[in-house]
Amino acid sequence: MTGTGEYFDEMHTADGGVRDAYAGYHQWFAEQGQKYLARKHRDAETQFRRTGITFNVYGENEAEERLIPFDMVPRIIDAGEWRRLTRGIEQRVSALNAFMHDLYHRQEIIRAGRVPERLFRNNAAWLPNMVGFTPPGGVYTHIVGIDLVRTGPDEFFVLEDNARTPSGVSYMLENRETMMAMFPELFMRVPVESVSNYPRRLAKSLAACAPQMTQGRPNVAVLTPGIYNSAYFEHAFLADQMGAELVEGSDLRVVGGRVQMRTTRGYEPVDVIYRRVDDEFLDPLTFNPDSVLGVPGIMDVYRAGGITIANAPGTGVADDKAIYSFMPEIVEFYTGEKPLLPNVETWRCADADSLKYVLDNLAELVVKEVHGSGGYGMLIGPTSTKAEIAEFRKKIEARPENYIAQPTLALSTCPIFTKSDLAPRHVDLRPFVLVSPDNIDITPGGLTRVALKKGSLVVNSSQGGGTKDTWVLKD
Amino acid sequence: MLGRTANALFWMFRYLERAENTARLLDAGVRMALTRDLVTAEEEWRSVIATAGLRRNYEARHGSYTGMQAWNFMLREKENPQSVLAMFGQVRDNARQSRNAVSGELWEAINDSWIQIKDILAKPVPEQRVGEVVAMIRQAGTLAHGAIGGSMLRDQGYHFARAGTFIERADSTARILDIKYYLLLPSLSYVGSSLDTGQWDTVLRSVSGDRAYRWLNAGQIDAKGIVEFLVLDGRFPRSLAYCHSALRDQLASLARIHGHEGQSHALMRDADTRLADVTIDAVFEKGLHEFILEFISTNSAIAQAISEDYRFLA
Repeated sequence: MTGTGEYFDEMHTADGGVRDAYAGYHQWFAEQGQKYLARKHRDAETQFRRTGITFNVYGENEAEERLIPFDMVPRIIDAGEWRRLTRGIEQRVSALNAFMHDLYHRQEIIRAGRVPERLFRNNAAWLPNMVGFTPPGGVYTHIVGIDLVRTGPDEFFVLEDNARTPSGVSYMLENRETMMAMFPELFMRVPVESVSNYPRRLAKSLAACAPQMTQGRPNVAVLTPGIYNSAYFEHAFLADQMGAELVEGSDLRVVGGRVQMRTTRGYEPVDVIYRRVDDEFLDPLTFNPDSVLGVPGIMDVYRAGGITIANAPGTGVADDKAIYSFMPEIVEFYTGEKPLLPNVETWRCADADSLKYVLDNLAELVVKEVHGSGGYGMLIGPTSTKAEIAEFRKKIEARPENYIAQPTLALSTCPIFTKSDLAPRHVDLRPFVLVSPDNIDITPGGLTRVALKKGSLVVNSSQGGGTKDTWVLKD
Repeated sequence: MLGRTANALFWMFRYLERAENTARLLDAGVRMALTRDLVTAEEEWRSVIATAGLRRNYEARHGSYTGMQAWNFMLREKENPQSVLAMFGQVRDNARQSRNAVSGELWEAINDSWIQIKDILAKPVPEQRVGEVVAMIRQAGTLAHGAIGGSMLRDQGYHFARAGTFIERADSTARILDIKYYLLLPSLSYVGSSLDTGQWDTVLRSVSGDRAYRWLNAGQIDAKGIVEFLVLDGRFPRSLAYCHSALRDQLASLARIHGHEGQSHALMRDADTRLADVTIDAVFEKGLHEFILEFISTNSAIAQAISEDYRFLA
């Protein structure tokens, strides 16, 4: 099995050789019997089901818990590649934070004419309540996931910024745990950077953002919508690993100007909330009045400096794909440097010229809703039927500003384990970034998502994608 | 600890106990039905369903009592919110709620059992498998109790979970005793008849106490002895006396951890005094039914007080 040349194969070279990063792994792999590996493959699934690493899917009948398929061939990145990536990610994340601060304060970037005002005025995630307010420590995006794709040896692109509530970090951790449990000898042979201290780094990073009102050691809590939320496992997992409380809206209330949680001893103040509840449900007094997931009055406490909310309300603006299309300008504006990690070329259908180009070339492009996520509401031209394209065309024509388009990327591939042998499948990568007032911390690794269907370019778990352990090699 | 988490731990173990007790009842029922002709077998299933407190719900859906119908109703029927399947689902949901307060071993014990039970109860349970299913449910309980005993921090979470176990177990033993007493012992003159002996044997089996009782009483089966065993014998882990003594220990630990007592402790002390002074003759003199009704109501008052003392609900 070799790289076909059409796509960049991360393990194999075009002439059938093995790239340096994979040399140690490949040697080990060649020594294993197919039967042994097949058994390990089944073991892995049992292990995930037993520990309850599932996500909930709401079908037509009952809520169902599913496993995200795990592939046991690691995705490997060498130390030099990783260093280059981290520099680019750091630059991008610090620009994102500066951008959020500017958007909610003087809006220099708009005055300078570098991004149009309509961008955030039309953005549902824009929160007028945040104008003029600076979150504790000046941090907006405490936890960020930057989705990267690769098309060649040195060609990495940012596909998406997840500044609102990036999920998946529990898979990064559990995938590694599972790999180490299954193949301990492999980790003795190949030196891999550890990811397991992520929860401790997260706890530290969140505590560093505690409000000034905090007395003693900051009380950190994870706010979850509850056990029926699709990512509940991750919420519970992170709280558990951090030694933080896992709270629901009904556990919290505002007492004496602080957000407090109902414990068996009475109400106790919370200093930092890592919320996994969307902005609109956060405070029924400020946002959606029907929300039972949030805490009435929490926004008033927040604005008075009584609590840190991570990520800050209103950061969802940055997840918008129309904003994404301006990221090169944004990075340059706030850092004074060219972006180290390029964007994927993007056409904004809001611009007449771009719209025309997009409509003329639908069959070759990927079209996305600007507010969409999770692989929903998108068109992948090359794999769509004429009828699907025609239908999507109508949607774009009706609301062009709602769409952006990108070329269909030749995503790199990484082998997965199949019944017969290794087979290449397309992958992306989401590294996880922690931001505190004086530090940007990137865990060496991340979540590699893999399209398990042959030829498929969609890696989302909701659309048949799986995950892999991601290795960053030690120097 | 969050009040909601305490609540989840408490109910997780109440539901686990309830599922286990349902399995014990079924076990006794199956055994009884095997040794009877068809007519009395039907009676027996009616009695099992009644003991589980499911008579009205069952009769609303089924016109007759057959073993297969009865155990499938108790184990898995959708319309029965008290089915073992539904209760075990509650056990797991509560474990998920309190996931970061339960040890990994306990979570895995519960999750493993849930996967198996859900699987085996996905289809109606035929005669050949009912024994296996009942054993699996009992083992699920044993596994969870072993896991909590061997792996959980002796902190408040542990004591809330254990309190849930003993509240539920006391309630269950009391109800079994009460219903059997009414059904089978219309007057004390029945004591000693052979039918009676078989029926009382079922009572003991329903609480997995048949062997312990025989061992303690050299095979002598009489109603008074059994009642004394189930109510007052502090050595038997499903007796009312044992359950309340164990519950008292949990409450004492909770008071120590929290630095003060609440309403639940006051109620517990009252209950203790009443149970400590009582003799089996006094129980029969007062009327077993009245005695048990009072016990059940005190027991649920304590449960309610625990929930209030420790802010289970907003």
